[in-house]
Amino acid sequence: MAARRYIPLAIFIVLLAVVQITVSLAGANYYLTQLTMSLYYALIAVGLCLFMGYAGQVSMGHAGFFGIGAYVQAVVTTSNLLPFKDAGAVRFLDSIGFLIHGKTTLGQPVLYVSPWLALLFALLITVGIAFLIGVPVLKLKGHYLAMATLGFNVIVLTLVLGVKPFGGADGLSGVPPFALVPGVAVSGRFDARVGNYYIAAVLLILGIVVAMNLVRSRVGRALRAIHGNESAAGSLGINTSRYKLYTFVLSAVFAALGGCFLAHYNAAIGPSDIDIMKSVRFVAIVAVGGMDSIWGVVYSGIILTFISLRQVFQSYDEIFFALILIVVMLFSPRGFFRYEYVKNALGKLRARLRKERAG
Amino acid sequence: MTGIVTIFQYIISGLAQGSIYAVVAIGFNIIYNSTGIINFAQGEFVVLGAMVSITFSAIFPLWAAIAMGIAVASLYGALVEIVFVKYARAFSPLRAICLASIVFILVSASGLFSFLHPVLSILFGLAVALPFGAGGEFLLLRFQKEQNVLQLIIITIGVSILTRETMKHVWGKDVFALRYFTGTAITTISVGGVYISPQLLWVLGTVTLVVAGLYLFYKYTLVGKAMRAVSLDRKAAQLCGINARLLVTLSFILSAAIGALAGAVTSPQTSTDYKMGSSFAINGFTVAILGGLGNSFAAALAGLLLGVLESFTTAIVPSSYKEVVVIIIMLLILFFKPSGLFGKREERTLKEF
Repeated sequence: MAARRYIPLAIFIVLLAVVQITVSLAGANYYLTQLTMSLYYALIAVGLCLFMGYAGQVSMGHAGFFGIGAYVQAVVTTSNLLPFKDAGAVRFLDSIGFLIHGKTTLGQPVLYVSPWLALLFALLITVGIAFLIGVPVLKLKGHYLAMATLGFNVIVLTLVLGVKPFGGADGLSGVPPFALVPGVAVSGRFDARVGNYYIAAVLLILGIVVAMNLVRSRVGRALRAIHGNESAAGSLGINTSRYKLYTFVLSAVFAALGGCFLAHYNAAIGPSDIDIMKSVRFVAIVAVGGMDSIWGVVYSGIILTFISLRQVFQSYDEIFFALILIVVMLFSPRGFFRYEYVKNALGKLRARLRKERAG
Repeated sequence: MTGIVTIFQYIISGLAQGSIYAVVAIGFNIIYNSTGIINFAQGEFVVLGAMVSITFSAIFPLWAAIAMGIAVASLYGALVEIVFVKYARAFSPLRAICLASIVFILVSASGLFSFLHPVLSILFGLAVALPFGAGGEFLLLRFQKEQNVLQLIIITIGVSILTRETMKHVWGKDVFALRYFTGTAITTISVGGVYISPQLLWVLGTVTLVVAGLYLFYKYTLVGKAMRAVSLDRKAAQLCGINARLLVTLSFILSAAIGALAGAVTSPQTSTDYKMGSSFAINGFTVAILGGLGNSFAAALAGLLLGVLESFTTAIVPSSYKEVVVIIIMLLILFFKPSGLFGKREERTLKEF
């Protein structure tokens, strides 16, 4: 039984490899750029799926957490410490290998904090903020929760636009590559496309495995009970607010992680990446995938983001996402990409065939 | 002396701004009372009303242009309700027509047939829209699920983006403004040493009229009483022979109409662009919960309060952070007193927040 639930994972890994090989053989490696970004966005969607689908809450502010991750990562790694290289703290960090001597695109020497340290820092800040926001916000339900999280997103966006180190309306650019291990770096370089595709894939798969195990665990059962009926779950002795908070923080971490890696991959981050529309987009992706279906959300996240990044709808992109959100909610609030739908349809077809054969 | 005058200046402009928030908040309340949902597209109703008024003001007298803005926004409010919110079990030709008009608006806004002669492009647009309307109605009838409140809220979020983006395609990204009702941007009236724009008086007067009108409507007309009955207990009202579904549509119309009026009277001073809706919505929602969701007269007071508060904060913090201040007020109210400033304690235990 335990092995069976890894079958979708195996299928997914094979699909990822097949897509890469097909694209590369067809000499269309430029598709990989958008595919890689789609994989990162799918990671964010998986996190949101835990919070929306399993805990049954709504967040209209996940682009805010995405932004916190990406901006902290970008600010820390683009700050040149060379003028301060004689300061004690800087010298200490340098001596234990937490600083990197690099060169800008113009060839000037720079000294910056290792992306690993930045990542740790970014995630810690995200966790802290998610806790601070989560404790009071998660007491709210329905439209109050939606408005409060939306408000959080607007605050993050306004601060980013108004505070100078965050680059204002231009955002931040020149984020250095993130060397995970020597030789493997998250960057947007053209010759590293295939490698980066797999970096994103591995990160996404790790995220999926974490989510899958969480859902299967005691926590997952508690979350589903909360989704079903919060008061009933509470009366069964489930600490509902704590579980909701942990899931909120975890989904915020997923969003921030996606943000951190995308900041390195695109070498830039800007305010347009974190506006309210992006939060709505994440909600739309989760809704299409089927709120409580991790695999549905993975596929809808990759497909919808890829379509959007390929600019299939040009300036009608937002309209497309709005329409898709409405259509899902009207016709199939449990999502479109659900395995059970396929299974049901196949079952019906089989039954009909059997009947025809008999009659 | 000048200090007091400045303070008065802040108070007056705060009152004008706040009265608009109050109107948007009342729009939220009208729909909330009849359906239990927060209509996230409320801000877009305001912008739509202003935009249509501005467009028509080029050829028509001001009052006629504003009347058209209100009419178009009301129609749109009805469309939204009939297509996206209503749940019907029988074939509804009205909904089919509404669906077709939404498709028509989208097709026209996309400029798909704009290379053709205008008359032809309208015909082609209709040719696309009508089958889509009929097909959509069939699909809705066959496959629509009855939605819970959360799903309806997500739908209104979708509607708000759909509306905003369509307006972007129709009017572009430019900033427009309606002309001043009396005088120009530099006309001022001196009231005891305080110089104010006559437009502020227009705003305050309009809002007072709207609030008074709504009060009379709810208190003395049969339809108003029926709407109150529906918001108190929908089932019981239906048992008394009240057509609750029709009243829900009416509440969307009413809400869109007063939103559009608010958009039109503020447009000369604050200008209008397609993406202003979300800030109207956030401010209006803050006021609505400040007064206690569903309580329109408390919302009027809360609106004035928030307006004055906001006006004074612009003296301290840069105006680009104005929205942050409002959101922080909203969050504080949600955290500590979700029943609103004027809400009773008993409500707190009954309502779900």
